[in-house]
Amino acid sequence: MPDARSTQTRPLAAPVTSSARATRWRFAAFWGLPPLLWQFAFFVVPLGFLVAMTFWSVKSFRLTPDATLANWTFILNAGFFRNAYVYTFWLAGLTALLASVIAFPAAYTLAFRLKPATRRFLVFMLVVPFFTSYPVRIYSTQIFFSPQGIINAALHPFGLGPISVLNTPAGTVIGYLVLTLPLVVLLQTFALANVPRTLIEAAHNLGCGRLRTILTVIVPSARVGLIVAATFAFVLAFGDYVAPLYLGGSKPPTLSILIADQVKSGNHWPRASVVAVIMIATLIAVMTAMLALAYGRKGGKR
Amino acid sequence: MNAGLLRRGALLIWTALVFAFIFAPIVSTIVFSFNADRFPSLPWGGFSLQWYEAIFADASVQRGLINSLIVAGATSVLATFLGFAAAYVDYRYRFFGKMAYTALVAMPPTVPVVILGVAMLTFEGRVGLSGTLTGVTVGHVVLAAPFAMALIRMRLADLDPGIERAAWNLGATPWATMTGVVMPFCLPAILASVFLTAAVSFDEFMIAWFVSGVNETLPVRVLAMLQGQVSPRINAIGAIVFIVSMTLVVVAQILIGRRLGRRSKEA
Repeated sequence: MPDARSTQTRPLAAPVTSSARATRWRFAAFWGLPPLLWQFAFFVVPLGFLVAMTFWSVKSFRLTPDATLANWTFILNAGFFRNAYVYTFWLAGLTALLASVIAFPAAYTLAFRLKPATRRFLVFMLVVPFFTSYPVRIYSTQIFFSPQGIINAALHPFGLGPISVLNTPAGTVIGYLVLTLPLVVLLQTFALANVPRTLIEAAHNLGCGRLRTILTVIVPSARVGLIVAATFAFVLAFGDYVAPLYLGGSKPPTLSILIADQVKSGNHWPRASVVAVIMIATLIAVMTAMLALAYGRKGGKR
Repeated sequence: MNAGLLRRGALLIWTALVFAFIFAPIVSTIVFSFNADRFPSLPWGGFSLQWYEAIFADASVQRGLINSLIVAGATSVLATFLGFAAAYVDYRYRFFGKMAYTALVAMPPTVPVVILGVAMLTFEGRVGLSGTLTGVTVGHVVLAAPFAMALIRMRLADLDPGIERAAWNLGATPWATMTGVVMPFCLPAILASVFLTAAVSFDEFMIAWFVSGVNETLPVRVLAMLQGQVSPRINAIGAIVFIVSMTLVVVAQILIGRRLGRRSKEA
């Protein structure tokens, strides 16, 4: 790896001998190569292998290298796949929207209404969920919403309920929110905290009402962060396996459930690979579109 | 004035509700792990440690815990080394394709774990790694190294590049500068990333679920238990996992916090 910075200092340094240069190259290679090789061997190659496998075939329960399009035509023409695709996309989109809307007032409060010390503590608290077992959190949520659970026990005295969201799409969305809400609140808080205070004060001084300040000053200034937060929510929900299985009862199945079923019980890896590759393509498309939305139009702020 | 108060109150209540939604599952996991009743509901059925006794007597849980600790330990060392190396390269060198280089290291967390899991399974099946703890570790390192890189790169941003150059000019070899200047400076971030990547690995269940085979890690055991009936033993495991991960994260946080504290004192 050529070393631009050190060459600037060469006149000051001791004369560079060829052995010193060799040392420098060995040094650069020692630090530069391991991450490259590791991520190439265990990230790029497996994903490449996944793509290659979409063209393989399964002959009498054995994987055979092949160059067939049969898996692609099978999956793309399968009604169950199309339904799962539309369902997963719609639910992930709905989650991104709901999480953004639910999180916004909380992020607004954290960014503008609380003392810095309180904000710092709550921000740290929001990191906690990432390090608690997500399946266990889903299990707890499942108990909450079960027919004899706390939610229904609390609703009963008011003559409400019983509500049954378990094994319905609503259950899946609740699970997705358990997964995504902490991250969305966190990212929105950072986005809002970066909006220049002077801009908001100027709006107030010019007689702009609170709601109008939020809609015309704060949201546009924090646009990039808000869109990134929604995109993360979409990506996480789109790929999640636990919520649709345990809260949604996999009725109907999502794409990740299709993958797991094809691999674990169906034992048809090439078809699972096709679903996985389509998921990756979808996510790349969504992320590109969202980034264009975030940075495009009105010049955006970089 | 009154409207302002009302608005403020509404915002605070909404925020409290959002936090309640986020934390209710975590708090209830811990609370009900000490509940004597089999089905977790109110009223509380009395304090009991029976679920903890049950899981500590369960050989499959014990094996899962040990496997998880082995994988998390190995992952934290490897991921931190790779993350440090990548962060240093990003800090120190300019070269053609650097964007691609850092993107390659940083990208894995953006790929859904279910897809990483399948990709790992198909690939590792070919090279004979699937079903082994090594195979799980390999996948976890791929996933955790970006976090190590981010943490250490943030720390390196505070290191004046001139210091390293000064050391070379005084005749120090790159290796001596690395061990004498760069590494000591990064030590808090390096330690923080050891703990953080251990926590990432300790909680990861999807890659492990695909790859681990019979060598289940603890989260994979939990996933299997979820298939069965309601059992407070899951809460007990959840509580233990929570304590372990939070210890790791809090230690990491303190190490990072010390750095921030020192920097703000300098400013």
